[in-house]
Amino acid sequence: MNNNKPLIKAENISKKFCKSLKRSLWYGIKDSCSELSGQRKSNHKLRKNEFWALDDISFELHRGECLGLIGRNGAGKSTLLKLLNGLIKPDVGQIEIRGRINALIELGAGFNPILSGYENIYINGAVLGFNKKSIDKKIDSIIEFSEIGEFLEMPVQNYSSGMYVRLGFAIAAHLQQDVLLIDEILAVGDIGFRSKCYNAIHEIRKNTAVVFVSHSMNLINRICTKVATLERGKNVYSSSNVPAAIQHYYDLFSQESNKPNRIENYDSKINFRELKAPKYKNLYEIEFGADITIEIDAHINPCFKNIELNFTFLSHGMDIVAQCNSHNNGIPINNSTGHITGEITIKNINFNKGNYFISMSIVDSETNNIIIWDHLFTQIKIAASFYGGAFTQLVGDWSKLKNNE
Amino acid sequence: MTNETKENKTLPTVIYSPASGLRSPKVMAQQMWRDLIDSRELAWRLTIRDISAQYRQSLMGILWAFFPPIATALIFIVLNNRKIINIGETDIPYPAFAMFGTVLWQIFIESLNSPLKVVTKSKKMISKINFPREALILSAFEQTLFSLFIKLLILIAVFIFFQIPITWYTLLCLPAILILMLLGLTFGLLLTPAGILYTDITQGLTIITGLWFFITPVVYPPPTSFPFSLLTIINPVGPILTGARDLACKGVLNNPIPFFIITFLMFVFLIIAWIIYKLTLPILIERMNT
Repeated sequence: MNNNKPLIKAENISKKFCKSLKRSLWYGIKDSCSELSGQRKSNHKLRKNEFWALDDISFELHRGECLGLIGRNGAGKSTLLKLLNGLIKPDVGQIEIRGRINALIELGAGFNPILSGYENIYINGAVLGFNKKSIDKKIDSIIEFSEIGEFLEMPVQNYSSGMYVRLGFAIAAHLQQDVLLIDEILAVGDIGFRSKCYNAIHEIRKNTAVVFVSHSMNLINRICTKVATLERGKNVYSSSNVPAAIQHYYDLFSQESNKPNRIENYDSKINFRELKAPKYKNLYEIEFGADITIEIDAHINPCFKNIELNFTFLSHGMDIVAQCNSHNNGIPINNSTGHITGEITIKNINFNKGNYFISMSIVDSETNNIIIWDHLFTQIKIAASFYGGAFTQLVGDWSKLKNNE
Repeated sequence: MTNETKENKTLPTVIYSPASGLRSPKVMAQQMWRDLIDSRELAWRLTIRDISAQYRQSLMGILWAFFPPIATALIFIVLNNRKIINIGETDIPYPAFAMFGTVLWQIFIESLNSPLKVVTKSKKMISKINFPREALILSAFEQTLFSLFIKLLILIAVFIFFQIPITWYTLLCLPAILILMLLGLTFGLLLTPAGILYTDITQGLTIITGLWFFITPVVYPPPTSFPFSLLTIINPVGPILTGARDLACKGVLNNPIPFFIITFLMFVFLIIAWIIYKLTLPILIERMNT
């Protein structure tokens, strides 16, 4: 299939934006004049107060592929979508789009709040470039998908934001296209509808080239076939190994935002807690499947007779990956002396390759009050040759699997 | 399988590059034509949307279309009757003359304001979705046509009341009114790109149209004595508006030459305005506030 021409071909595209509104408007007039005089062409020079919102981006996308755009706010993801959609022109470079393009950037665009959902289906469809006939054919399926049901005749101004998005997505998802651009839009719907949307996108993807912008790495992982990481308008990392690209993204950006944070209540204090493992920079490197041992020394207010110790492992996206709890392991911890010291070994850390944070908490068994909360106190790096799509990589017994010839 | 059959068909290809659209005029012209054709259905949808929303939210409904011309006309009828101003002789009874003039003027002003108004209202849509931009202008024109249709009802009532004969010739005024509307649309479309960026345009337009009313023979017949007759030459609205009224009342054009020259120029400028609108919109979208 890759022998075919790509549906999207972006070559060295760059885009400037202006920080000052007054200047931006004035540049707008100037650019319009140069456009109208036919002079306008590629322009690599920045004028006063301008910066590169996108800088030298190139990629190709074929039918059946899905490119995930990730990056922090303001990295240029939405700007890139606008360029691909032809809403604004690049300042440098060229974009070639083959086939019919559809963009789920703003759902329900063109909806009139006073008119009913039913009327708005036709309006929105027309805005997206589909005539009455083709909407007539799909209207029942759109209504069914949106689950709006009895509210179809109600003015959309009374719709909840979720209903609004449902209807908007239902319309857009039913229209056929060759290229589909999706901006982070589905965050509003409830879980049931969201998973319905992802299934729909999956279905669409088979026969479409999709560009997908999201901050949810979970979704990127599920939907995309390749990923480009944008940072300050530049494509800093792109790969068709999606989990690796996501890991790279976390490595780049999450250190600075995920700060350790310690809370010590009720005159209690942590004196020492450390992993017993080799340390490189500020990371402990652990082999896949190895055990880890944590040394701890803490003073806990003796008024708490029985306490629980809890370790939590978090991914860079702050998803909780795993937990180890003393109570769950059937270990009562008696605090009569008010001093806890020793080692805990946690077995078989079979996490996916990548970096993880560890948090520790000590709570009172009776009231569940938090005595100590040591958030993100250390980081580990799992060393493995395999890179999977899930946080936990289970180990199976494969000895009974035979290769029948 | 489906992939292959789809790939084998030649898909339409668009190219977005920084180069000015004028560098490839042939592609540009084809694109304009195709977009105009493609935008018809969408324009019609938007028209139905806006009109039905407008009336669903109003108790008095279309009555609102009647008030402004009646009010303006009444003022001048009173002023004329009291001899506060001296209008001079008119071909048809003065109340009918003033009423007709004001309706035409209002239609012109509506057309003039409509492109910028509709684009401003659709800013959000424009900046998020790529659809043929012509649809907005076409829809604005259709909505003005609807407004004209309602206003014509008053005019017919006025004609019947004053027993002005309505003949087949009277219908000749319709193309002239259409040209008047297109004239307003041309002016409005020329101002739209600048108006998207700067609010000054909307503000200035209100003042200018207020003054424009007085230098256009709306409530008085076109002046013939020297210094004032110049106004009819400088002001392109005059001959078209007077022409439409002449055709309705008498079935003939008193001054055909300026009428046709202005009509011709109007079409030339309408196409220029369209090209400007189309070329500048992508540049303006990134800079306008949404």
